[in-house]
Amino acid sequence: MQATETLLYNRAGQKIVSPDYLLFEAPRAKHFMTGSEAVKEAVRRASVDASVSYPITPQSEAAHLIGELWAEGYVGVYFRGESEFGVMSEVAGCAMAGARTITTTSGPGTLRAMENFPMWAGTRIPVQLVLMARGINSPLSIQPDNLEVGFLLDTGCMIWYAETAQDLFDMILAGFTVAEQPDVHVPVINVIDGFFVSHTREAIMLPPDDIALPPYNPYKAPMPVIDAEVPPGRFLRDPFVMKSNYISYATHASWQWEVRAAIERSRPYAKHYLRGLIELFGNPEAELVFVACGTASAQAKEAVRLLEDEGIPAKVVKLKTIRPFPIEELRESVKGAKYIFVPEFNVVGWLEREVRRYLYGHSNAEIIGAPRVAGGMTMPAEAIVKEVLKLTGKEVKHVI
Amino acid sequence: MKRKRVNIRMPALGGQGAVTAAHIIATAADYEGYYAVSNPFFGAEKRMAPAESYARIGLEPIYDRGEVVYPDVIMVFHPQVITMGKSYTMPFYSGIKKNGLIIINTEEDLLTDEDKEHLESLNVKVFNFPATKFAIDIAGTELSTNMAMIGALFGLIGCVGLEAIEEGIKSRFLKKFVASGGTASLDSALERKFKKKLELIEKNLNTAKSAYELAERWANEQGIEPFLPRPQEVMKTQGV
Repeated sequence: MQATETLLYNRAGQKIVSPDYLLFEAPRAKHFMTGSEAVKEAVRRASVDASVSYPITPQSEAAHLIGELWAEGYVGVYFRGESEFGVMSEVAGCAMAGARTITTTSGPGTLRAMENFPMWAGTRIPVQLVLMARGINSPLSIQPDNLEVGFLLDTGCMIWYAETAQDLFDMILAGFTVAEQPDVHVPVINVIDGFFVSHTREAIMLPPDDIALPPYNPYKAPMPVIDAEVPPGRFLRDPFVMKSNYISYATHASWQWEVRAAIERSRPYAKHYLRGLIELFGNPEAELVFVACGTASAQAKEAVRLLEDEGIPAKVVKLKTIRPFPIEELRESVKGAKYIFVPEFNVVGWLEREVRRYLYGHSNAEIIGAPRVAGGMTMPAEAIVKEVLKLTGKEVKHVI
Repeated sequence: MKRKRVNIRMPALGGQGAVTAAHIIATAADYEGYYAVSNPFFGAEKRMAPAESYARIGLEPIYDRGEVVYPDVIMVFHPQVITMGKSYTMPFYSGIKKNGLIIINTEEDLLTDEDKEHLESLNVKVFNFPATKFAIDIAGTELSTNMAMIGALFGLIGCVGLEAIEEGIKSRFLKKFVASGGTASLDSALERKFKKKLELIEKNLNTAKSAYELAERWANEQGIEPFLPRPQEVMKTQGV
């Protein structure tokens, strides 16, 4: 077993500090950068052991920047996979061997790699994926659209959703910290809306770059780590799972439940490191509520301001986590609501389904899955306001 | 009319540096004390094909993301945006707000009577400005067209000063930004062309400064008020 001595510095020579110090206490200075550059700055401070990349718009720049960190000595291992399927398999191998691992992908890449996400969860590896959501084919789109997140909801991975570069920076550091808790130990997918966050340059507050998270300790993991005594595939090879009998069915089923239970156990940690699973914006007493995540919540915040000018109080409930879903927080925050709008960047309304599912029997509000834009379209706050005014019967003025 | 936000849309052609311009505009505005964000349009841009970028400057935190659908200012980087319809929106001025402003990089008047009538009805001012010619005259290269456009913008809207513009340009060229692999190789090509980075910065600064002064004079003649109050004045009235 590993010695109990306390490490003072990581491989890059950065001073090791507690996650709480890094996230909440360290002094921060203002920088001006894109979401992709924020990924680099988070990984720089995360004592990352391994990263595998594959180019696909819009995440290529972030993947490239992690490669620069490897060249600068901040990341232990970095290489390019042969496809997204290869990448997600290779990071799994790194993580099973005890490495803190991060990768990035987008849209069609996510779908190509799909088989691996439930495998990640089932092998209980705390891999982190930064997902820069983009449209999925067909027709071809390289533009922001988060339909792919709907496919990931039940893979057994935690899913968090960042609104800004700042959110993303903090969530990457919090993501490792929460995912690696021994009683959690499932993958975390940090989602942003591609381009809207990855390519937007904005002000961001960063702690100094000479401090970093404590390295990952794989011997605290609930699964045996690959080492000299444990061969690769130790878990997957367990023979009884491959047989058709009652115990093999029960093993599979109970493990599937356990993965989901692990996500549930992440709640207190996520609440602490994300400062709550939701964020409220606007008039707390408002009967008109927007429930949204990511850029849709940003656009809803602008709509709240416009509605305020029209004399209509409104508020935004921004969901920071989708898995675990902030069930109690959402129910509490829509107590006085008459209308709940769920604006989304996809055509199917996967968030609306989630909101309906968890509010069923808990709210009398009318739930409206609008506006929905997709395929790369922008959601101007004016379009949201128009939906609201249509419903409330108020005359739609020219909004500009 | 009191604005709290200036939304800027920049239709351009790939390779003209509209994305860099947006980043410099936002960085300069941030330095001046405003809230600011910038972003490019998201397509498979290539040289001479339509490309577009956006900057938002405001007195309060800016949440708005994506394309600027309702701009206060439109900066047309290339005549082909108008003459060949190389624009994501048709006409290129769709969505322009009342009392807005259009800057066109052109040596001649490109607008039809119909365009002019529409823009006049919204009290939108049009500044025809030969930015590329300006860049060639001052910096010796058309690659500084974006610098001339930045200078013209701030000369016209009058809320971000020369010191902040200088800061924005320096932060773009002195810090290590990698916008994309393409931009990185463009940077090294630029460096070779100018031999030295500092020389490049100085030429860019001179281009922006001359354009600023020219545009400022025009704005004064036209009676254009500053688009935003100074951030310090806002803080004063809020008792901060």
